[in-house]
Amino acid sequence: MAKASAVPETGSGLNLDKPRKSTFKRFISQIDIQLMVLPALALVFVFSYIPMYGLLISFQDYKMGSNLLNNDWVGFKHFIYFFNSPEFYPVMRNTIVISFLKFMFGFPAPIILALMLNEVRKMVFKRVIQTVTYLPHFLSWVVIGSMVTSMLSVDNGSVNMLLEKIKLINEPINFLSMTEYFWSILVTTNVWKEIGFGSIVYLAAIAGIDPHLYEAASMDGASRFKQMYLITLPSIMPVVIIFMILAIGSLLNAGFEDILILASNPALREVSDSLDVYVVRIGIDNYRYSYATAIGLFKSIVSVTLLTFANFVARRSGNSLW
Amino acid sequence: MIRDSIGDRLFTAFIYVFLTLLAFSTFYPFWNSIVISFNTGMDTSKGGITFWPREFTLENYKIVFEDSRLMNGFMIAALRTVIGTISAILATSIFAYGMSKRELMGRKYYMIMCIVTMYFGGGLIPTYMLIKGLGLFNSFWVFIIPALISVWNMIIFRTFFQGLPQGLEESAKIDGCGNWGTFFRIVLPLSGPVIATLALFTAIAHWNEWFVASIYITNENLLPIQTVLRQILFSNIASEQISNLDAGALARLNAAKTITSKSLTMATIMVATLPIVCVYPFLQKYFVKGVLVGSLKE
Repeated sequence: MAKASAVPETGSGLNLDKPRKSTFKRFISQIDIQLMVLPALALVFVFSYIPMYGLLISFQDYKMGSNLLNNDWVGFKHFIYFFNSPEFYPVMRNTIVISFLKFMFGFPAPIILALMLNEVRKMVFKRVIQTVTYLPHFLSWVVIGSMVTSMLSVDNGSVNMLLEKIKLINEPINFLSMTEYFWSILVTTNVWKEIGFGSIVYLAAIAGIDPHLYEAASMDGASRFKQMYLITLPSIMPVVIIFMILAIGSLLNAGFEDILILASNPALREVSDSLDVYVVRIGIDNYRYSYATAIGLFKSIVSVTLLTFANFVARRSGNSLW
Repeated sequence: MIRDSIGDRLFTAFIYVFLTLLAFSTFYPFWNSIVISFNTGMDTSKGGITFWPREFTLENYKIVFEDSRLMNGFMIAALRTVIGTISAILATSIFAYGMSKRELMGRKYYMIMCIVTMYFGGGLIPTYMLIKGLGLFNSFWVFIIPALISVWNMIIFRTFFQGLPQGLEESAKIDGCGNWGTFFRIVLPLSGPVIATLALFTAIAHWNEWFVASIYITNENLLPIQTVLRQILFSNIASEQISNLDAGALARLNAAKTITSKSLTMATIMVATLPIVCVYPFLQKYFVKGVLVGSLKE
């Protein structure tokens, strides 16, 4: 950490005009700014790097309370066990399907909302819509989950009431305990929560479009829809593409808080267990530290690979973020 | 001005209708929750509450405010939000100021060390073992200390500091200010907007966070309100499930514990959401900035 090597550098003759101070002396002379960063780096080291060292237990049979280096090394036992376990297929399926569904619906939704908001000329109306749709982003998943549970409740939830009124169903449906509805509920809630907030970045991109383009187009007789399709959409395409590429990197992030909250019912496990959620149950609830760490490490490695790939693609397309 | 054609008008009408429906679908769950929270619990269980309370009461809120567990949760959440936000913003901005100095030795390595953590981490279980090992288990500081430094916020701060005019700092130096003095007397006062943006987002994250407490805290007195709410939600779902199964089980459950009525749950949600609604107008002011920098994070 503190890289204050005390070995004095003898000015090796390359820097003839300016005799260099020794590394140590230079370090001391700037000790005030070093003291700004070193405590923070110590925290980063403790809370980010020590857990990385802790990953070693995924190659061990870790016993609680034992020293990390005194355990038996078991190689890839836990990984192989996970790949062959009956849970592997459903967990991977859920992770990939859920994140794919979230991408398929959650990605275009804010773009469509931004395009629509851009067509609204009544500023008061626009502001009201924005204020209302941004709000759910700032509420915790616990609060959102409680509202969704209340809306979908068999016990006079508004959704069941509505469906009964329009005679679509005869008996209230217990939506949150039936496996066939879970993915739809999860994805809908996610889209509903984030659609407004997600649209901000696209609205900002739209605000940068030259208004003359629209003027010229309407002179030429282009309809409002055509203007949206032929001017607005292509103009924000670069932003859209960046976000799309970045979505590749989070393919294994099917969600965590939302699933933990919305799938509180154990009956849903076979469709709700994503990698992250599975790690919580195996590790925290069942105390199988080594096994859970191995699953987490597997996920991290795949994620980093995907992220690097996404970053590479982004660079190639000239839209690099880094 | 060019007149809108029929097609244009249909298109616009469709958009207005669609956006109204979307806003309604966002607004209704909130409104319904508020209404239920002001309705008597007994009456709510008969069903049919939609837009307006049938039997208006403040009883639910009275119960919530008298419930020591919930009020304690509220205080813990408020405390962690205030302490957590101030300490994190201070620690991260000092860190960022140091990192913004070109002459800082090892700057490049420090930066690499930070960026690596944005891509890769130890994950849940090793972190869990670390927190246990550090004795932060069942301690209030588990909310504060691990969240002190945010690498992402550091980068935002650093970018902002690097954009400040150099002359200001130089003149401060000539007047005898050291780096720390310059930071507190010149740089921080000039960083109002970026501090406000990051502080608001940090505060919201602290207020809404429930998972940390759910795994590291077993002491009831240290649970923030969101975690308490999660437990309530959990038991509600459990009771609903049991009520579907058989009446005997329900009776036993009723005897074993008082089922939190829906009206009471909704009142709790409202109390847990109130602080966010209060800062929401300020938040909106900083939205775009926050998102534009935040969007790069993903």
